[in-house]
Amino acid sequence: MNYKALTAIAVALSLPLSAHADADDDTLVLNEEQTLVTKTAAPAHVADVLDEVMSGWHFRSDETQSLQMDDFENPAMVFVDKAYDAWNTVEGSEGKSCASCHDDVEESMAGVRAVYPKWNEQAGEVRTLAMQVNDCRENQMGAKAWKYTGGDMTAMEALISVQSRGMPVNVAIDGPAQSVWEQGKEMYYARTGQLELSCANCHEDSYGLMIRADHLSQGHINGFPTYRLKNAKLNNVQARFKGCVRDTRAETYKPGSSEFVALELYVASRGNGLSVEGPSVRN
Amino acid sequence: MKRLSLTLAVSLIGSAALAAEVAPKDVQFDEDGAVAASLTGKPGDAASGAVIAGTKSLGNCVACHQLTALADVPFHGEIGPSLDGAGDRWTEAELRGLMTNAKMTFEGTMMPAFYKVDGFLRPGDAYTGKAPTEALTPILSAQEIEDVIAFIATLKEE
Ligand code: HEC
Ligand code: HEC
Ligand code: HEC
Repeated sequence: MNYKALTAIAVALSLPLSAHADADDDTLVLNEEQTLVTKTAAPAHVADVLDEVMSGWHFRSDETQSLQMDDFENPAMVFVDKAYDAWNTVEGSEGKSCASCHDDVEESMAGVRAVYPKWNEQAGEVRTLAMQVNDCRENQMGAKAWKYTGGDMTAMEALISVQSRGMPVNVAIDGPAQSVWEQGKEMYYARTGQLELSCANCHEDSYGLMIRADHLSQGHINGFPTYRLKNAKLNNVQARFKGCVRDTRAETYKPGSSEFVALELYVASRGNGLSVEGPSVRN
Repeated sequence: MKRLSLTLAVSLIGSAALAAEVAPKDVQFDEDGAVAASLTGKPGDAASGAVIAGTKSLGNCVACHQLTALADVPFHGEIGPSLDGAGDRWTEAELRGLMTNAKMTFEGTMMPAFYKVDGFLRPGDAYTGKAPTEALTPILSAQEIEDVIAFIATLKEE
């Protein structure tokens, strides 16, 4: 590095960061009764790059934060109600509903969201929640698969997530999932597109800073699916990934592709220890 | 006839301007990442450079840099250092290097290369998320780069 470059850095360091806004110190209490873990020591596999992992909730405005603290105000809950109906609706050639096999969603799905994406031994692949739901629809119910990022799917993801709210994310990264996890990690650090930016550039190196009007978080997915005020609907994890990759002026991957599944496993694992928050509210 | 010769004259001027332009692949950096030769052979326009620096679809420099001279443009990011006084810190050749490909000055920097058309991983067709159907063009044109350089050069302390 040349002398000028060093001076520039010295200048940068001495400048007051006027608009600087770190993660706040608020506490996420759900429905005035359940305190969620939104900051915790980084899991061992990211401890070399982060001390603490923090939910994206800490990087949003007080108004947006408060919407998520009360289920009567959380706009995502309407979709959870719709998914309750879908849970009990018979569809497909086998004359079955989700409830036919899984009974009470509160019991059968408790803890499920916290461990997904997860290795499926029988299929020999890592599955996201959406993949598993579609597998049940197609192969158990004889019904049509839902669109990966569509409204029916995100609503069902929200219903399933609610059953794990407050439980720590605990995605397995070893054993047969390890090679997929490694692939996801490589993607996380790859600088894509004409802007040559990686997930890590924005969410590991720059969280807490403003990029134009956006306050950068660590990009965790414990809050998914996410109701975004910006598009007034529930958003699937991989739809969000797609948006972030597109913003690097890159050719994106398709939601549901093996690449995005690998990336989802890796990103999920970075948030191990944070509470499941889904469905969360973001801007 | 008159009409024809006029068109001919215009197209001659057009190609003359193009011929003087340094293509993205032909830019010569020195060992510190500076670029001495103008990309257009003409001085840039600082007023136009200010617009480019503040416009999202163009330079969007304010996405990452604070800049008092563009205080009327809303929302300045803080990924990079404030550009106030950058005209004192850098020569024109150094600024040209930074605008063209800042990674030649700051290894591994987050700052994008604004005048580069190859060597990317999964480049897309601008912000569509789709694969490009034609050869990539640089984010800013040679003239736009020179305009931004002229603008940044005016940013002096006091
Ligand atoms: C005919 C039976 C049947 C129906 C109907 C059915 N499933 Fe399943 N589901 C299963 C079986 C069997 C498994 C275990 C699959 C495996 O491990 O390979 C499963 C697993 C799951 C899992 C993963 C649970 C875990 O602990 O990993 C989810 C989530 C799920 N189903 C959701 C749904 C939803 C949502 C519907 C309705 C749209 C549905 N299922 C309909 C039989 C069914
Ligand atoms: C150019 C900067 C940039 C890059 C590169 C980028 N993101 Fe983002 N990302 C953002 C911004 C801005 C937001 C919205 C604010 C926030 O939550 O950080 C965001 C939000 C997210 C969120 C939602 C977080 C939440 O709490 O709801 C996830 C998840 C995410 N990004 C993942 C990724 C992944 C994975 C990659 C790489 C494939 C990536 N991002 C690349 C800028 C970026
Ligand atoms: C995605 C973020 C990003 C964008 C967009 C960006 N820069 Fe930068 N820029 C940086 C970073 C980060 C540095 C600090 C260099 C380093 O150490 O990596 C920098 C450094 C600089 C410097 C030298 C630092 C100084 O002030 O002494 C100048 C000049 C500069 N940028 C100008 C621009 C201009 C002009 C544009 C728009 C045409 C622009 N930048 C767009 C991130 C960015």
